[in-house]
Amino acid sequence: MIRTIKTEEIVKNIKEMCIESNYILSKDMEHVFMEAAEKEKSALGKQILNQLEENLTIAREDHIPICQDTGMAVIFMEIGQDVHIEGGSLKDAVNQGVREGYMEGYLRKSVVSPIDRINTQDNTPAVIHYDITEGDQISITVAPKGFGSENMSRVFMLKPADGLEGIKDAILTAVRDAGPNACPPMVVGVGIGGTFEKCTEMAKYALTRDLDHKTEDSQIRELEEEMLIKINKLGIGPGGLGGTVTALAVNIEAFPTHIAGLPVAVNICCHVNRHVHRVI
Amino acid sequence: MNNHMNVPITREEAERLSAGDYIYLTGTIYTARDAAHKRMQETLDRGEELPFNIKGNIIYYMGPSPAREGRPIGSAGPTTASRMDKYTPALLDMGLGAMIGKGKRSKEVIDAIIRNGSVYLAAVGGAGALLSQKIKKSEIIAYEDLGTEAIRRLEVENFPVIVVIDSRGNNLYETAIEEYKEE
Repeated sequence: MIRTIKTEEIVKNIKEMCIESNYILSKDMEHVFMEAAEKEKSALGKQILNQLEENLTIAREDHIPICQDTGMAVIFMEIGQDVHIEGGSLKDAVNQGVREGYMEGYLRKSVVSPIDRINTQDNTPAVIHYDITEGDQISITVAPKGFGSENMSRVFMLKPADGLEGIKDAILTAVRDAGPNACPPMVVGVGIGGTFEKCTEMAKYALTRDLDHKTEDSQIRELEEEMLIKINKLGIGPGGLGGTVTALAVNIEAFPTHIAGLPVAVNICCHVNRHVHRVI
Repeated sequence: MNNHMNVPITREEAERLSAGDYIYLTGTIYTARDAAHKRMQETLDRGEELPFNIKGNIIYYMGPSPAREGRPIGSAGPTTASRMDKYTPALLDMGLGAMIGKGKRSKEVIDAIIRNGSVYLAAVGGAGALLSQKIKKSEIIAYEDLGTEAIRRLEVENFPVIVVIDSRGNNLYETAIEEYKEE
């Protein structure tokens, strides 16, 4: 059975999700925040984490964005193959939702043409990743991405001989170089395998995962846990001012790759790791 | 030391600060980020005056989100300072009192901080909602067409910052990390 979804419904949902994600951090992020504040050994680090928790409360209660960098809108859409979209172009609908969300939600318009640096005035276009899945629903994830941390993200085209140790070194190198610039404590999204573009998309997708759910694949889960410990031993700490909590989570996605290569992407996100999911 | 300071500051006051000091600023500061710095540099290259007197003043690397009706400003946390490194030594040599941002600075900037008895302060990145409450007044004074990147004059009260690089070149980002590093 084909199910019809109207573009106006997509516009409305995207708009609400842009606003919600910038004002209220999701529950899973709140949980890792609370754990971090308890674990942090540095007094200054603890003070910063407490300020950041207070910041989240102010944002929610006073209706002010958590961070002034309300990001470039990154949107993942998993579209069921039994869905028929009615009322115009899907891409236009997504961008209209972003436009309305950023205009009505008092969110910063941070998108410019890349060379002339002319602001588009409404934070469009969004970066949209489409996937076709089974079923008659559309699953939407809105993840506004700030650029303090985006700028510190990296792609490593490793050789097969670099192996697991090479992957670990790549992750640590990216985090070490990011240091205070990426607004630690960070969430580290990693994509291993695929091609040049596939690994970066996986790294971005990894950032949107629900942190309350553990990774099923035991090899990946163990690597995530090991890297979180190693990253927190770097000493960077909250605000980059020293401490034992440098990352809140490490999320890894993997995909088969070519016999000649081992691409690894490390997408770093600050502690304002925004992601809202809805299924329509 | 008294951890409350009135701004702008004199060179003597800046030189009394040490990396690691946690201080609260009250007074006037100015915002400028990427596009405003580029324009200030072009202004200087043409031999013209900057839109505000930079001597002893403080630049806050920040571009706010839009203000709701009845509020002075939207979310207002620091942006990454290193993107301004290219323009900063010239401004320091003209007497820029201090900078507020987040993240590392280049060697050229650190040398200019030492040479001019200035100081680099960090506000907590990502605490834009909390920091906005410390800003009591905001007024665009130049480059209005740049929108969020326009130069604003801010009146702040008890605005919390941490001294990261002091006038002797001590760098908290380097020393504090050493303390907690387990490698």
